[in-house]
Amino acid sequence: MASSVAPLALSASAAAIRENPKRIGVGKRGDNLFFKGKAFGRVRMAVAVNVSRFESVTMAPPDPILGVSEAFKADTSDVKLNLGVGAYRTEELQPYVLNVVRKAENLMLERGENKEYLPIEGLAAFNKVTADLLFGANNIVVQEGKVATVQSLSGTGSLRLAAAFIQRYFPDAKVLISSPTWGNHKNIFNDARVPWSEYRYYDPRTVGLDFDGMLADIKAAPDGSFVLLHGCAHNPTGIDPTPEQWNKLADIIQDKNHIPFFDVAYQGFASGSLDTDAYSVRLFVERGLELLVAQSYSKNLGLYAERIGAINVVCSSSDAAARVKSQLKRLARPMYSNPPVHGARIVANVVGDPTLFNEWKQEMELMAGRIKNVRQRLFDYLSRKDKSGKDWSFILKQIGMFSFTGLNKAQSEHMTNKWHVYMTKDGRISLAGLSLSKCEYLADAIIDSFHNVS
Amino acid sequence: MASRAAIYQGMMWRGRSWAVGARSMSSWWSNVEPAPKDPILGVTEAYLADPSPDKVNVGVGAYRDDNGKPVVLECVREAERTIAGNLNMEYLPMGGSNKMIEESLKLAYGEDSEFIKDRRIAAVQSLSGTGACRLFADFQKRFLPDSQIYIPVPTWANHHNIWRDARVPQQTFHYYHPDTRGLDFASLMEDIKKAPNGSFFLLHACAHNPTGVDPSEEQWREISHLFKVKNHFPFFDMAYQGFASGDPERDAKAIRIFLEDGHLIGCAQSYAKNMGLYGQRVGCLSILCEDEMQAVAVKSQLQQIARPMYSNPPVHGALIVSIILSDPDLKSLWLKEVKVMADRIIGMRKALRENLEKLGSPLSWEHVTNQIGMFCYSGMTPEQVDRLTNEFHIYMTRNGRISMAGVTTGNVTYLANAIHEVTKSA
Repeated sequence: MASSVAPLALSASAAAIRENPKRIGVGKRGDNLFFKGKAFGRVRMAVAVNVSRFESVTMAPPDPILGVSEAFKADTSDVKLNLGVGAYRTEELQPYVLNVVRKAENLMLERGENKEYLPIEGLAAFNKVTADLLFGANNIVVQEGKVATVQSLSGTGSLRLAAAFIQRYFPDAKVLISSPTWGNHKNIFNDARVPWSEYRYYDPRTVGLDFDGMLADIKAAPDGSFVLLHGCAHNPTGIDPTPEQWNKLADIIQDKNHIPFFDVAYQGFASGSLDTDAYSVRLFVERGLELLVAQSYSKNLGLYAERIGAINVVCSSSDAAARVKSQLKRLARPMYSNPPVHGARIVANVVGDPTLFNEWKQEMELMAGRIKNVRQRLFDYLSRKDKSGKDWSFILKQIGMFSFTGLNKAQSEHMTNKWHVYMTKDGRISLAGLSLSKCEYLADAIIDSFHNVS
Repeated sequence: MASRAAIYQGMMWRGRSWAVGARSMSSWWSNVEPAPKDPILGVTEAYLADPSPDKVNVGVGAYRDDNGKPVVLECVREAERTIAGNLNMEYLPMGGSNKMIEESLKLAYGEDSEFIKDRRIAAVQSLSGTGACRLFADFQKRFLPDSQIYIPVPTWANHHNIWRDARVPQQTFHYYHPDTRGLDFASLMEDIKKAPNGSFFLLHACAHNPTGVDPSEEQWREISHLFKVKNHFPFFDMAYQGFASGDPERDAKAIRIFLEDGHLIGCAQSYAKNMGLYGQRVGCLSILCEDEMQAVAVKSQLQQIARPMYSNPPVHGALIVSIILSDPDLKSLWLKEVKVMADRIIGMRKALRENLEKLGSPLSWEHVTNQIGMFCYSGMTPEQVDRLTNEFHIYMTRNGRISMAGVTTGNVTYLANAIHEVTKSA
């Protein structure tokens, strides 16, 4: 239609945008009209139709991580390696659907369950097993009904609900986030209009934790701030505090009356053990602190696209938990009404069934085990082939899917341009996308980039 | 704001008085009030708690078969058999399943729509109808921060919540005429005229919720023309395509009229009712743009809004929809099944009206068959509704809205008798 009849007149801003798509125009609403007439043999009035009021909408920047995968796809080299991907791959570098998930889905299909709306807070059976998994079924806060759990859209959705809750009930509070942290954290708090500031975390000199800086910054923040902590397997660095360090953090946080806000996206996936990975959260609960936990099954059950997780708020009374839950629901209703059922049922079936649960634990150990093996192999090659005597042991100290290599932006780009290794510009590689057979190649690439590029 | 800050300060003081390591006696959440009960959920809860064998639930907003049971469509089961255990669960792109989006646009805009060919529609998969409306409301707020939204009276309650949480100011426009139990067309047109040029209007594409009152085709044409004169933006919420008349093309008529007239519309689609995918949360938000370039820009911005809300949408429901709509056999099965649902509802409307007339009701019940879709705005008062519940164990929302989906051949006579009882002396 638009191609066959040229508009007789275009507003200046519309014309400008056609010529230069990146121009940030100030689109005028309502007053700019141009005439469009259709002449296909039908008699039609030429009536003024608006130029779209979304003229001023510019192209959003490409996603830093998706861009990596897209560039990888376009690369024709047969030695290319995609280490940008934040999803688990097998040794053959294929995506992996867990056996317990297949079993659960078949069970669900056999049962022929209906597709009725879940309640706003989600599937009750799912909420129960999730709280049990995080805190331990025998944990006193679970036993006494002090945890408000609301099923949400994976980790992102849980964080967003919590952020919206913070904005509504703690409008003067800010969230402290680690430097660096997962890219989407800032977007979430920005869109929820919750102010944030960073605490030191990554020390590029040691490629480890800047613990003194972390403590100092958390101490310096106004009392009653929310402290966003990665429960295990810090993303993007892979660097976690030790148990002693977690204890010190708990001391400071208690002292400052801060509210711990855990992001737990890798429970079981980091060390291979669900309980070990929940250490930090359970420690803080034991200290009697009220806290928030955003939780996801994307990685540990491979349910990425089902969008399944939960926001959990540990309160000092069951009455507070009930009230908090009701308000979380009130925030969820105008966002999506009620959460998607499919992933919730899979989780409830797997985690709630002793046989499947044990099978799951084994599969998880395998996944975490593969990552550990790959780390070891990469470290071995790096140590062996790098003649400079540089200490690469930080690779072994890090945990989880990701490793911060210590490569800078230019060096990371070199990895891609010369070696066809795709990673994010902050030097992060996803070990989930690395196979044992490619470790030597990767080691060569890292050594070259580190020493020969500045 | 001031009182919240004061409460916060108060909590701070209490906080400092805690001993380190002691379980806190007071809570951070002291100022968190319990939220009011959801008016619709409360109905079902009360129904479930009622032990009476005669109880009837006509509050439910989900389709039931003639035995009062939820239905999973056969085409859906077929599609699920294809999916189970086969495909992996990698993240969808932020905008969702392209296949599902393609098929959804064909449904809404027409199989051969030139807008689809010209790639002028910015569209993303959404969390059913709610998610589509919310994405649009947030987008409206971000790019047209001074705009408002005009919402019909009455409307689905969550519309108000959505635009409020998106911080877009709301205005209302006349819609339902309580005297005729039909459309208050004159006042509607008046309100459209009075609104400042370039206002944003929320329109129900078909089967208005909660009244079941839709404009006629001629009325839609007049509304569209007036919209052009006033340069208003039409945002269609289409939650019942196919479910209203039984024919998806017919149910999209209002949208097609506006498209013919050259409007650049926005549209929220949901598969909750017409495919029975309620709990899967699958829908589509689309915005018709001037050209492909703008559509690409708009889509990228919609994705930017979705990313910090849920990153990317759930895959399962989207797979079901794409499989059904892109397979000719499954699609024609779906069309049959959606007609069965619509026909059952239409049949129950007829039966209810006939029963009431047979009972010699002094009131007119024409509106029961004039209205369309899942809901019937009966015109009963809250007091009459309370009597229905207390004396007859009939559960519905107090605005007099009856979910025809909950009416069966087994309970329609009982329902008619009860309604007659509470309204005969009105």
